[in-house]
Amino acid sequence: MANVQQRQTTTPPAGRISIGHLLQTNGTSVRLLVIVIALFVLFSLLRPDAFPTFRNIQSMAFQASEIGILAIAVAITMLTGGIDLSINSTANLTAVLSALILTYVGPSSPALAMVLAIGAALIIGPICGAFNGFLVAYVGIPPILATLGTLTLYQGIGTVITKGAAIFGIPEFQWLGNGEIAGIPFPFIAFLAIAAVVGIILSRTKYGFEVYLLGTNPVASRFSGINNRSVLMRTYILSGLLSALAGLIILGRTNAARVDFGESYVLLAIMICVLGGINPAGGLGRIFGVVLAMIALQFLSTGMNMALFTSSGANFFKEAAWGATLLIVLLVEYFSNRQRQRRISEK
Amino acid sequence: MPEVFLEANHISKSFVGVQALQDVSLKIEKGEVACLVGENGSGKSTFIKIICGVYAPDQGEIIINGKTYRHLRPIDSIREGIQVIFQDFSLFPNLTVAENIALNDQVARGRQLVNWGTIKKIAREALDQIEIDLPLDATVGEMSVANKQLIAISRAMQQNARLVVMDEPTTALTRKEVEVLYRIVRGLRERGIAILFVSHKLNEVQVLAERVVILRNGSKVVDSPAKELTQEKIVLSMTGHTIADSRYEYSTPKTGQPLLRLEKLSRKGSFRDISFDLYPGEIIGVTGLLGSGRTELALALFGSHPADQGTIKVDGQAVKINSIQDAIKHGIGYVPEDRLTEGLFLERSIGDNIVVRSLKTLLNRSGMVDAVKKHTEIQTWVNNLHIKTSDPLMAVKSLSGGNQQRVVIAKWLASLPRILILNGPTVGVDVGSKAEIHGIVKGLAQQGLGIIVISDDIPELMQVCNRILLMQRGALVESFETKNIAEAALADRLVETIGGD
Repeated sequence: MANVQQRQTTTPPAGRISIGHLLQTNGTSVRLLVIVIALFVLFSLLRPDAFPTFRNIQSMAFQASEIGILAIAVAITMLTGGIDLSINSTANLTAVLSALILTYVGPSSPALAMVLAIGAALIIGPICGAFNGFLVAYVGIPPILATLGTLTLYQGIGTVITKGAAIFGIPEFQWLGNGEIAGIPFPFIAFLAIAAVVGIILSRTKYGFEVYLLGTNPVASRFSGINNRSVLMRTYILSGLLSALAGLIILGRTNAARVDFGESYVLLAIMICVLGGINPAGGLGRIFGVVLAMIALQFLSTGMNMALFTSSGANFFKEAAWGATLLIVLLVEYFSNRQRQRRISEK
Repeated sequence: MPEVFLEANHISKSFVGVQALQDVSLKIEKGEVACLVGENGSGKSTFIKIICGVYAPDQGEIIINGKTYRHLRPIDSIREGIQVIFQDFSLFPNLTVAENIALNDQVARGRQLVNWGTIKKIAREALDQIEIDLPLDATVGEMSVANKQLIAISRAMQQNARLVVMDEPTTALTRKEVEVLYRIVRGLRERGIAILFVSHKLNEVQVLAERVVILRNGSKVVDSPAKELTQEKIVLSMTGHTIADSRYEYSTPKTGQPLLRLEKLSRKGSFRDISFDLYPGEIIGVTGLLGSGRTELALALFGSHPADQGTIKVDGQAVKINSIQDAIKHGIGYVPEDRLTEGLFLERSIGDNIVVRSLKTLLNRSGMVDAVKKHTEIQTWVNNLHIKTSDPLMAVKSLSGGNQQRVVIAKWLASLPRILILNGPTVGVDVGSKAEIHGIVKGLAQQGLGIIVISDDIPELMQVCNRILLMQRGALVESFETKNIAEAALADRLVETIGGD
């Protein structure tokens, strides 16, 4: 009886991280990969002229990257059993401050302005994150409430600075949002690089190991001598940093900074995480799943637009389709878990 | 021939990897006080959960009032008048006494509107039934354990209980409160209500029970009138062996520095003026009632709830222990009381649970976890502590209690502590594993660790420790060398001290 296979949640042995291993140990990834391929085939059949083209794939890669980075920011906080709702406010506040630096310093010395703007972003993001971390780890406010508060706070600070107006015309950052290397959009390269680095941090470092354990059982991690506060602080600071990077990419892509840009991004990022197999209760999930989930949703939204572009309301239908996909994946997950539990108890 | 109220026939139940109950049959007559006795892990709790419908038995049937149930649901059991007073009482701490007693009834009747007058009337009547007076408007969360228990019993009475099951009801009660409980139990019996009293305290069994049923490793080994049993017979039946006098031989002379020295250590509201020395190779037992400050003392040494006065010296140096990290820095490890919530990451692998403390020694030069080192470390501890698993990548929750406890011990040993505090090291561990864990602990002491074992299991302390400290209401009241005292004498001394409350 003791050899009944339980769900394995060990991080895969280092040096053997391959797609194959991930699939073998993670049913969620397999399911998502199937969904991604199925969606690609489906829309390619429906719109063979438009969907499977280089231009379309390039365009999808542009669109998906910033939200993908924000989803990773949410994912790491979710792994600790928390959440970060302030990602988008942090991104916008960063974008606004960087844009201001660029507009004031840019005309006289563009190079200095670039350095200052990026430097400011790399400082502001972590500060926003550190404040979230402080509220969660030291004050003890539930993450969902703490970051709901700072969502409004950071947005409010941005509004005070800009008086609500958008800041336009920042040519220096165009490459960051719209550039490409060998045909691959720069934002997408940034997204993949971030996903890879965060993925390695989570699966191969002591900090990553502690994130998963803290998310699994915060009491046991405390009693095991893990410094929960420090782990939480680092996680929210990292989340803030990633949000700031997303903010820079948004600034470059839209050539503008607005405090209320992309308000639907927060819920979308959470949805991508959950779809990607990140357990909102903490301790379970991989960044690889988040990447797949993001690709799946992007296929769905672009494909749906193309398939239904003649009919009115295609855009509304897209959101319904996202919601439906999320529910279907969650249901499949739920039932396969229950099945497995039953198999175990029957033995 | 007295009427049988409940009959359980050939009940078997197994969980993943564990046969919790095996072919257990039991009859409870109306108005009878039966005691269900057994060690931790003997299947007592599983049996209770089966007769109240929480678990479905794998085999067997339950007959209540002549009606046979193959699938007893909790609602059936309640309708038949079976009421269980669990150790946590299942009360709503934020509601008042009256609400707690009467709400179940109101919910059961499907009432959508609440009539406060009726609620108070119902509650008053229920309290009258057991001849107890409590303020109806007081919030339950603020009441003492004993009063909460009385409320739970009243609630059971209010629901027309025919059989009241009490799961280790005296664990947290003072002697006076226990007397009140005994009186209530006798009162219930006179009204024809059967009582199933679950306990492992022998003196209670002999005072209260008319019949004693003993479970061992999931099987019924004794079912006979209490008069025919002696304490020795009960112990023998519970453990399956007479307790061998294999005490821990502490031979190293107490010369040189003590590993740990406490000088008048106090924490407001928890314990005061605790002083003792722990030498390398010593195993000190700390015992006392729940609330005596024994766990609080351990948590203070582990930095989780730091002491506010007094001195802790490690190797003769005064140290400050204000956080768990401080305690670890000074080589202090802690195996917590509640293995499942405090000790283990249940969903994670056995391996991950073992290396959590030692991970920083398993990094390669670039700061990444070295898979080979990690694997070797895990195998080493699985082998050293004989953790029975085919694959350390399996979730730790797949292990039995005894093996889980070894994982928690391995976690600490992997970080090479010098002082190890074990709180209730064998709670919920089967008899065989218990002896092996005792062996592990003794072995560690012989290697020069200083060990503190906190437990209310007197035979355990007698076997494992060379010295036992008795705590009462936050103070250290007595110290015994185990070689100078017989087990029975210590038990008597404990009862005496505790009775003084």
